[in-house]
Amino acid sequence: MKSAVSLNFANEKLSLDFSGELNLYSVTTLQNSIFHVNLQNIESIVINLKDVNFIDTAAGLFLVKLEEDYNAKNIRTTIVTQSSTVLSTLELVKLQRISTQIDTKVEKQRLLNFPHKMITDYFLGFFSFMEFFGKLMMTKISYMQSFKNIRFKEIAFEINESGVKALGIVALTSFLIGLVVAYQSAYQLKIYGANIFIVDMLGISILRELAPLITAIVIAGRSGSAFTAQIGAMKITQELDAMKTMGFDPFAFLVMPRIIALMIVLPILIFVADIMGILGGMIVSYIDLGITTNLFVDRFREVVDAKHFFIGILKGPFFAFLIASIGIYRGLVVKDDTQSIGFNTTKSVVESIFAVIVCDALFSIAFTNLGI
Amino acid sequence: MSVIKVEGVRTVFGEKIVHDGLNLSIEEGEIYGLLGPSGCGKTTLLREMVMLQEFHGGKIKVLDYDIKSIKHKEAQTLRKNWGVLFQAGALFSSLSIKDNISLPLIEYTDLSQKMIDEIVDFKINIVGLKPGDADLFPSQISGGMKKKAGLARALAMDPKLLFLDEPTSGLDPISAREFDELVLKLRSLLGLSIVMVSHDLQSIYDTLDRVAIIDEKKIAYEGSIKDVTTSNSAFVQTFFK
Repeated sequence: MKSAVSLNFANEKLSLDFSGELNLYSVTTLQNSIFHVNLQNIESIVINLKDVNFIDTAAGLFLVKLEEDYNAKNIRTTIVTQSSTVLSTLELVKLQRISTQIDTKVEKQRLLNFPHKMITDYFLGFFSFMEFFGKLMMTKISYMQSFKNIRFKEIAFEINESGVKALGIVALTSFLIGLVVAYQSAYQLKIYGANIFIVDMLGISILRELAPLITAIVIAGRSGSAFTAQIGAMKITQELDAMKTMGFDPFAFLVMPRIIALMIVLPILIFVADIMGILGGMIVSYIDLGITTNLFVDRFREVVDAKHFFIGILKGPFFAFLIASIGIYRGLVVKDDTQSIGFNTTKSVVESIFAVIVCDALFSIAFTNLGI
Repeated sequence: MSVIKVEGVRTVFGEKIVHDGLNLSIEEGEIYGLLGPSGCGKTTLLREMVMLQEFHGGKIKVLDYDIKSIKHKEAQTLRKNWGVLFQAGALFSSLSIKDNISLPLIEYTDLSQKMIDEIVDFKINIVGLKPGDADLFPSQISGGMKKKAGLARALAMDPKLLFLDEPTSGLDPISAREFDELVLKLRSLLGLSIVMVSHDLQSIYDTLDRVAIIDEKKIAYEGSIKDVTTSNSAFVQTFFK
């Protein structure tokens, strides 16, 4: 039955006659229809529930609060009802409201303690990463002590997961990057008639910078996030705890195999990215600038030193270490709720891409100053 | 001989004090229950006993090792001597039931594959799983089966000590009673000492020899389940009515 309220004024008295079924869905309508009532000169109000056959707790709360509000405005207010179920709902609501009002308040976060909390949190985060790093180094040492400690099976599994399965996407991305870079520079070089210099440009930029960076970014998005999510989920399902109680050190079983696998695999992926990037550039050079493959390769051999290639490959293990350790660290700090996985996965990808770019900048400065 | 001795343990989370001077001792061969209202730190105490969590004062001795000053090698030995069943089983989701159970055997022993298979079959049998379940993965089995498989894994190394974290929670009454019987059977078959956290009254009365009731940061009662009502802790009065 639909709910309704009618207002009946009699001298200084007001009667609010509710009817029908009062529930969650009708409270707002009722509230709006009462809200604008002119209460001037009104001395007493009767909330009449005689025609109401059912109220739920939301409607009960609304009625009890209505009564309180009017009483607070010095208007005598009473609720009249005959139904015992309605009455008992109202009683229940009143009782629970009293018990919730006594509850202690949680201290609110103030504006002023915000900065120092942020700073201490930041430093605590830094220290916990250092702790992780320390443990990692200790495990590394015990790994090196004995050949038997190395978990080849896990490493092989991770190489397949984050290396072999990533080949396609890395190859495609770097091919397209080679294509785009060549296409844009071809347009500029054509103006000066410096067509052949595209080989120098592509060779150095792809081998030295673009291929390692693009590969690292793809792997950070692919494996970094996977590491965080896998390890985070294992933490929530208590699999990590189970490992620890069985005496399996998560650092030896989960962390090291992933880091080692990625350090092995990233240089190889960079090599593939080199090939595909140059291939993309070669195709554009042929189509756009008329440089034949033979000419391209001859020029390439002449002007692009092997050092550029080796610098690019050398960056691989460093990037891999950063991506894997940040991804795993983020997985290990996941708290016991599902939101935390999403939060930490996002952080892991953002932080590892940032770390890779910072590392690349440092390499760039170092190598240039060393004259390499 | 007591297998576990807890002396004056103090645990603090931020500003909240969870335990303040807890004392209890668990004897060999008994089924010992940690009870108390929710949030009193039963599971925390269990986690402290199995070295998953730090405590901030006092002493815990497990199988005569002081776990605060334990060395890495001793800790590894100790870990081979206990089994832990977590609330939801905590099976390794990338491994089948069989691989879950055989993992500690492969890692710690030089048993042949054939021998390991036989041990695994035996453990699967003893916890009441069917032989056909062995090749299923944790995602393919029900909650009750996960607990049984978790128990089989905890028993894989034939431990002296078994920790159970709410073994019957989330099980239907019939499975819960079956689980209780299983626990009793294992104790009499293998002579285990069992420590469990529980909320299930029926299971408490059916299985436990002695209990410790944690209330208001301390032990409100320690002793046999029969005399528990002599304690005047508010929790005991409402829980065991």
